[in-house]
Amino acid sequence: MTTLTKDAGTPAPADAGAFLSVRDLHVSFKTEDGVVRAVDGLSFDVERGKTLGIVGESGSGKSVTNLTILGLHNPQFTTVEGEILLDGQELITARESELEKVRGNKAAMIFQDPLTALSPYYTVGRQIAEPFMKHRGASKRAAWDRAVEMLAKVGIPNPKERAKDYPHQFSGGMRQRAMIAMALVCDPDLLIADEPTTALDVTVQAQILDLLKDLQQEFGSGIIFITHDLGVIADMADDIMVMYAGSAVERGTTNEVLRAPQHPYTWGLLNSMPRLDSDLGMPLNPIPGAPPSLLTPPSGCRFHPRCTFQDRVGGTRCVTERPLLAPDRASACHLTADQKRTIFLEEIKPRLA
Amino acid sequence: MLRFLVRRILGAVVILFLLSIVTFLLFFGMPRDPALLMCGKTCNPTSLANIHHVLGLDKSIPEQYWIFLHNLILGSNQFAQGPCPAPCFGYSYHTNDPVWATMMDRLPTTVSLTLGAAVVFLIVGLGTGMVAAWKRGTLLDKTVTAGSMVISSMQIYFLGPLALAVLVYQSHLFDKPAYNNFTANPVTWFSGLIIPWVVLSTIFASQYTRMARSSMIEQLQEEHVRTARAKGMSRRYVFFRYAWRGSLIPIITIFGIDLGTLLGGAIITEYTFGLPGLGRLAVESVQFSDLPLLLGVMLFSASMILLCNLIVDAAYAFIDPRVRLA
Repeated sequence: MTTLTKDAGTPAPADAGAFLSVRDLHVSFKTEDGVVRAVDGLSFDVERGKTLGIVGESGSGKSVTNLTILGLHNPQFTTVEGEILLDGQELITARESELEKVRGNKAAMIFQDPLTALSPYYTVGRQIAEPFMKHRGASKRAAWDRAVEMLAKVGIPNPKERAKDYPHQFSGGMRQRAMIAMALVCDPDLLIADEPTTALDVTVQAQILDLLKDLQQEFGSGIIFITHDLGVIADMADDIMVMYAGSAVERGTTNEVLRAPQHPYTWGLLNSMPRLDSDLGMPLNPIPGAPPSLLTPPSGCRFHPRCTFQDRVGGTRCVTERPLLAPDRASACHLTADQKRTIFLEEIKPRLA
Repeated sequence: MLRFLVRRILGAVVILFLLSIVTFLLFFGMPRDPALLMCGKTCNPTSLANIHHVLGLDKSIPEQYWIFLHNLILGSNQFAQGPCPAPCFGYSYHTNDPVWATMMDRLPTTVSLTLGAAVVFLIVGLGTGMVAAWKRGTLLDKTVTAGSMVISSMQIYFLGPLALAVLVYQSHLFDKPAYNNFTANPVTWFSGLIIPWVVLSTIFASQYTRMARSSMIEQLQEEHVRTARAKGMSRRYVFFRYAWRGSLIPIITIFGIDLGTLLGGAIITEYTFGLPGLGRLAVESVQFSDLPLLLGVMLFSASMILLCNLIVDAAYAFIDPRVRLA
């Protein structure tokens, strides 16, 4: 499968090809009620210097996928199948000691809520310095200097003093900046940002997004940006993967997915976004129904119970046959390409404009 | 920190003051007249009134309380038995000994028993609890959890006599429990207390095992612990540096209460092993309607609990930087 490059004009990175490549990933949890198939046959690639946006509702498997990449799931209750290749290294079968060398070094993670994701017991400087000492073998002194340097880079004023502060002495936006500094301290090739701006207010959100983009330019990391906010994704991502019930339903470049979406679920997501320029009192258009239980996922197309277009497919295909996601620009839906185009142009687009 | 200390000490003084009033009122609410116990067989109204007068019981309760406070803070030379420097709790009705000296006489027993047991149960409890948390879900974890459950459901009055019967009287493996002065002979001090320590700390340790285990497991699920793992820190490092720190907070809270309570006198333990500590003194003071002794033991025990709470609060600030600002 080829990569999700946005336009062929950009120069290929030195080692062309995907830095991270996930193939047919299956993740399931054993619970008291049965087996939850949180991720069910997912494949995608991320290149150095590019951003892949993963969009989907809560429980669509976005976060689980990314915790699995770093092996942060609980191995006792989780079964993982498939293939995760990071820079040629297979991560699913990797030993814990090998994963430790990857985490925070080649691949780092930013979490949603920087207040709970930073330890209250240690200074911000120490928490940033720790992975640098671990992965680079730096001395305490050198690692601390590096932490101060990173804090300066993410725009914390007076970083020398602020490094001695504890997370609770930082504001929400500053905490997320510190979190980013911590993730980037070892110059990782892959940065996984799990809804990094969801817990922040909108003005701070924009600053953090700008910061991430600037740092991506500087460090050249590939980014997986997880969000449920299509506005944010439009701003950040080169490529988009839309997830529903543990698998990808649509993928393409940001332009393709947002300008000419093909999957009824993506239409629903776009449709349910509130708009500032719509008339007051216009009702919102949520997708009908609720996300399916992953204990007993629906037969056929996972989205069929909520899909308003299944009669256009005809027969019972949507209920019996699971649509597959082709490589590259694609959507997992039984509608024909023509149908998708016409429905979007004639029925969905007018409502969005 | 200084302001915090001053505030807490003032608070403690207020609590002790209120406690002494309550003790006073409770004592005079008791239907027994302490003078009757001292009056003996030849008791007649005149000798009874005389005793009342000597003990000061003929004065009104507020007046008696005032005298008590005055003596406590400034000392007194009014006692027939002799001088009583501050802190003066007066002389025992029953033994005629000075209360303060009696308490100081019993204190080493209680302190030795408590601190020795506390060191053991804290180390053993935290240790086994953390091993169980580290090995969560394994046979070892299940064994430790079940074992601690069984032990913590036992009581001193079951485990104590059992240990005495098996380890002391039948097999003669250990010395009969007794308190020997530490400075006189550390070896006999140690051998005399070993059985009480083992029994007391077995029961306490099992509770700390369960507490440490659940507290660790809870902390290991915290998001900041996951972050530490996500940046590549080893499992051991995350366990001991990130999770352990937070897990201590609920444990030292309970430890402060336990330690304070034990320092005020472990009544059942002292009776089981025949150790003359503060707990026995407390029981004796009630038995003999011995008001000065009762007040002394009550206030001393309360002070111990307050002191331990103060230390716990200071420990919070040491463990958690978020507490330091307040």
